[in-house]
Order: sequence, then C-alpha cells, then structure tokens
Amino acid sequence: MSGYLLRRVGLMLLTLFGISIIIFVLLRLVPGNMVDILFDSAGMVDPAEKTRIAAELGLDKSIPEQYLVWMNGLVHGDLGYSYVSEKPTIEEILPRIPVTGRLALSAIGFAVLLGVPFGVISAVRQNSGVDYGLRVLSLAGLSIPSFWLGLMVLMAFSALTGRLPVYTEAPATVLDAVLLVAVPAMTVGFRSSALIMRLTRSAMLEVLRQDYVRTARAKGAGAGRVNFHHALRNALLPVITVIGLETAFLIGGLIVTETVFNIPGLARFLVESIRNRDYPIVQNLVMLTAFIVVSINFAVDLLYAALDPRIRLGA
Amino acid sequence: MIADPILEVAGLRTVFFTAAGLVRAVEDVSFTLRRGEVLAVVGESGCGKSITALSLMRLVPSPPGRIVAGSVKLEGRDLLAISEAEMRAVRGNLMSMIFQEPMTSLNPVLTVGEQIAETVRLHRDVSKADAWARAVEMLRRVRIPEPAQRAKEYPHQLSGGMRQRAMIAIALACDPKVLIADEPTTALDVTIQAQILDLMLQLQQESGTSVLLITHDLGVVAETAQRVVVMYAGRKIEEASVEDLFARPMHPYTHGLMRSIPHLAAMSGAVAERLQEIPGMVPALSNLPGGCAFAARCGHADAACAAGVPPLEERRPDHYVACWHAGTLV
Repeated sequence: MSGYLLRRVGLMLLTLFGISIIIFVLLRLVPGNMVDILFDSAGMVDPAEKTRIAAELGLDKSIPEQYLVWMNGLVHGDLGYSYVSEKPTIEEILPRIPVTGRLALSAIGFAVLLGVPFGVISAVRQNSGVDYGLRVLSLAGLSIPSFWLGLMVLMAFSALTGRLPVYTEAPATVLDAVLLVAVPAMTVGFRSSALIMRLTRSAMLEVLRQDYVRTARAKGAGAGRVNFHHALRNALLPVITVIGLETAFLIGGLIVTETVFNIPGLARFLVESIRNRDYPIVQNLVMLTAFIVVSINFAVDLLYAALDPRIRLGA
Repeated sequence: MIADPILEVAGLRTVFFTAAGLVRAVEDVSFTLRRGEVLAVVGESGCGKSITALSLMRLVPSPPGRIVAGSVKLEGRDLLAISEAEMRAVRGNLMSMIFQEPMTSLNPVLTVGEQIAETVRLHRDVSKADAWARAVEMLRRVRIPEPAQRAKEYPHQLSGGMRQRAMIAIALACDPKVLIADEPTTALDVTIQAQILDLMLQLQQESGTSVLLITHDLGVVAETAQRVVVMYAGRKIEEASVEDLFARPMHPYTHGLMRSIPHLAAMSGAVAERLQEIPGMVPALSNLPGGCAFAARCGHADAACAAGVPPLEERRPDHYVACWHAGTLV
C-alpha cells in the first residue's frame, strides 16, 4: 500500500511538471504580450520605453530563463505580480478561491445527490415509467449546453420571481445568499448529475444481477438494505471515477456560468487574464487548476482503495 | 417410523414470461420434506430443480418469473400466501439457502464476519458485539481455523471451499428449520466436495435441520440423502427412498441416469462396459411436446406416451413414478 502511494505521488509530481511546461510554452506562443497590448491601447510608440517596460516585467529574457524564474518563485512561494493590477498574484487569486470553490462544491454535491439516488431508483425500477422518465431527463441533461441552460434559468427565474439571482456584494436575506450559489450550481451540476445518474443506473443493473445480491435477499434483507448496503457499495466504484473526472470538467462549465451569473470567481478572472496576457495570473491559475485536478484523481484512487478491499489488500 | 412433515410443497407451478414464449420451469411439483431428513432433488441442467428451490424461498427473479399456482407450507403455514415482509422474516431465519457459486455468492466489499452477523442482526434482537460473537462461533462450527481472525477477512482472501463453509455459516446462523442447498458442491474440487458434504451432514445431524439438497450428482445423492425426487422438464417424474431408487429405478429416465454413472467394478474389470448415455437432449421448456416430455428420448415410447402426460402413481410402497409403462418395465 505505501509503495502504491509513493508511486502515485511521484506520478503526480511528474504530471504537474509536464503541465507547467505546456502552460508556459502555450501562453508564450499566443501572439502579442502584455507590453504589446499596453502600447496598442495607449497609442505610445516610443521603442525605448517599450523595451524598458518589457525588461521590467522580465519579458526580455529567453523563454527557458523566464520559466526558471517562474519555477524558482513557485518553489519559494513567490507567485509574482499581476501585470494589470500590479498587486501580488496571490492577493488576486486567494480572495476568489472561496467564491469558485463554493460554487464548484455545491455543483458537484448537487450532481452527486441527484445523480446517485436517481440512478439507483432507475435501476431498481428498470423499464418502469419512473425509469423512462429519469432516462429522458438525463439525456436532456447531457444534451443541453450549460451556457444555454444558464440563460434559460435566469430568464425563467426573473419571469417567475421578478428577481435575478446574479451576484451582488451583500445578499439581503439568507434565501438570497443560498439562491446565489444554488441556482448557478444547479446549472453547472445538471450535466454532471445526468452523467452520474446514467452511470449509477448501469453499474447498479450490473451489480443487481450478481449472486451476492441474491444471497442478501436469501438472508431476509429488505429492499433498501439489499439495494444500498449490498449493491450500491459495489456499484459506486465506476461512479466515483466519473465523479472525479466530472469535477475536472466542471471547471470548464464554471467559466461560462460565472460569466452568465456575473460571479466574481476564478474562472471568469482566468478568461480576463488571458485576454490581458497577464502571464503570472494565467500561469499560476492554470497550475492551481491542474493541481486540483491531479489531487482529485489522487483522492479518487484513495477512495477506491477505501471502498474495495481487493484493491486495498492487493488481490 | 415416519417423521412428521416440516415442508409440504403441493402443485407448485412457476412460469417465465419470455420473448420466446411462456416457459413452464416448474410444472405441478409436489413433495414433502420430513423433519430431520435429507431429501435430494436430482435432474439434468434446466430441469427446473433450481427454480423449484428459488420458488420455495420466493426468490424467483420477477419479472420475468412468477409462481402461478401451488402452496409451500412450512410447518403448516403457506409461504406463498404471506406478505413480502412476513416472507423476509422467514428467509435466512426459518428457511435458508446455500448457492452453487461460492466464489460469487459473497459480497466482495464486506468481511465474512459482517456477512454472517448481518443475518443474525436481521432476525435476532442482539447487539452488534453479540452478532459478531455469533459469526465467529458459526465460523468455528463450519470448521474454519482461526475463526476470530477469518471473520475479519474479505471473501477474496478465502479459498473456494472456505467460502462455501462461510456460506453454510450464513445459512445456519439463525438455526433454520429447513436448509435448501442448491448444488452446494458442484463448483468445488472433488476433495473439497467430500469435505463440504461431510460438514453439511454433521451440522444437519447436530442441529436437526431438514435439508433439501438440489444436485445433478447421483453420487452425492447416494452418500447424503434418505429420499430422492427425480425431475425432468419441470415435472417430478419419480420419488422413492434412496435404497429403493438405486436398487429398482422405475422411470426409464432414472434408469438412464443410473447407467450413465461409471462403476469402479466395470472400470477395473475385464469386461469394460461402455457407459450408456441418454440419447437426445432435454426439450426446451418453452416448447414442450404434448405427452410425456421424455418420450422423444425413451426407448419404450409408444402412442400412449405421445398422447398424454403420465400421472404420478404409487407403483410400490412409497415409490412414485410418472410413466405409462412403469408397470411393465420393472
């Protein structure tokens, strides 16, 4: 088990190293840097001034050198300064983490709480009206793009309640505060819940045919105990993998949703920073995202071992 | 002396509604299991013996299966007439079942001890610790060494024979009155088969549990059972005591089964007699012929066999057979 952990951690570091290079190179392959944009918008044309600013930002160095500077900073906890606001990168990123984190956790929580139970119901009541209804709903969830769903939800919400659940600094009531997170979270999480539901359903159907489920019935266990204690625990393994993957995909969905609902989170900030070629922000934000995705995968592996003794004990 | 009946099955009929049509898996099957006895049900694959067993437990997968007629009386109470909740209190408690596949019949993510203790907790009002103690005690009774240690292990850490012992422990944890064993040794190595059979018989004698043993193996029947029911194509075609059946099988099918068993004498002797097979195959249950289902494979078949299903009749004391020619064949 400890050897397995060590290998996984090593692989994680290697992955992050690879990602850091890709981010760095890709970002610099995009034509135009911060200085170009600055000069275009200001209409300044003094080449000497331009060179001076480029040198100040460290953009005159070669790309490998710039990379080493970034890595050196990263190791020492120095993430550099935003080109736009000239504040330390860390001060720009940190306050936005809770905003996006709350949204992402609510979205995945919503997806799991909706997807897993409905998947179980759908499997247990296979080919019933409930099953068909849930399957159509999940197909819709997979087919509807989240930006369109977000706009529809906003329109429906304003038409029905006369209010918009868009972000304001201080929500007036607790209900407002909950809605501000819940409505966009459901919008992003709907697609994931559909996927999780379909996967839970097929995994459950597979498991419900197993001999040990029949054994559980033969013991006199009731339907709830058979379905949840015996079957679901076995069916959850593939579902957990997908929950992990979906959490990563969620970040893509967040960019659109944060824009639609005007949420000052990381995802929207990332798009703005890319537009401004704000290298320190983009590099570190993408690196943070990569770190989160890799960590989630790691957590999924650990969860696997916790759920399945055959993995934990090395069968 | 004939002990009083504990399980009386009468006119049991289980069908499956499939795309290929109505499958009559169990057709008008009746038998009686007496207190403390081992009754064997034998027959080829697909003759309806496993579905009979599942019907008794009301575990026939539904849909597509359904028990459409008959009664299953456990100590006089008809199990087919009680509610599902009442039936749950019977399963694993008054009547338990062991399955054919020990490799897949235990839940891979729960420890063996948890799975035994679960049965106890479902039917007895005991604490978790007491249920666990009972689980360890049951593992000791099924002769698993170091039971306290083994109880904490998962099924994949146990061998096939050990897993079947654990299944027996689960089935007997609540001291059931009836144990249904559906091909309990078929999936095991020959040496392990003998151990498991011995164990089942010992436990049966210790506890006085009545056993319904489903098997296709006549060798197992001879070693363990007192009486035998022979099934063919969903029907009971013969019933007798083990001695009587082996000495004087009356149905041509039973006769055929006996002749297909290798005998040591024949194998070592100079006259190497060729084993006799029963020609043909078990008919599809969705498309049974009108008369005797065995007629197509039977050397004695005539017009009468094709015309009607032979009734089950007592041809000798306590020896029942369903064959138009049973009288002339003996």
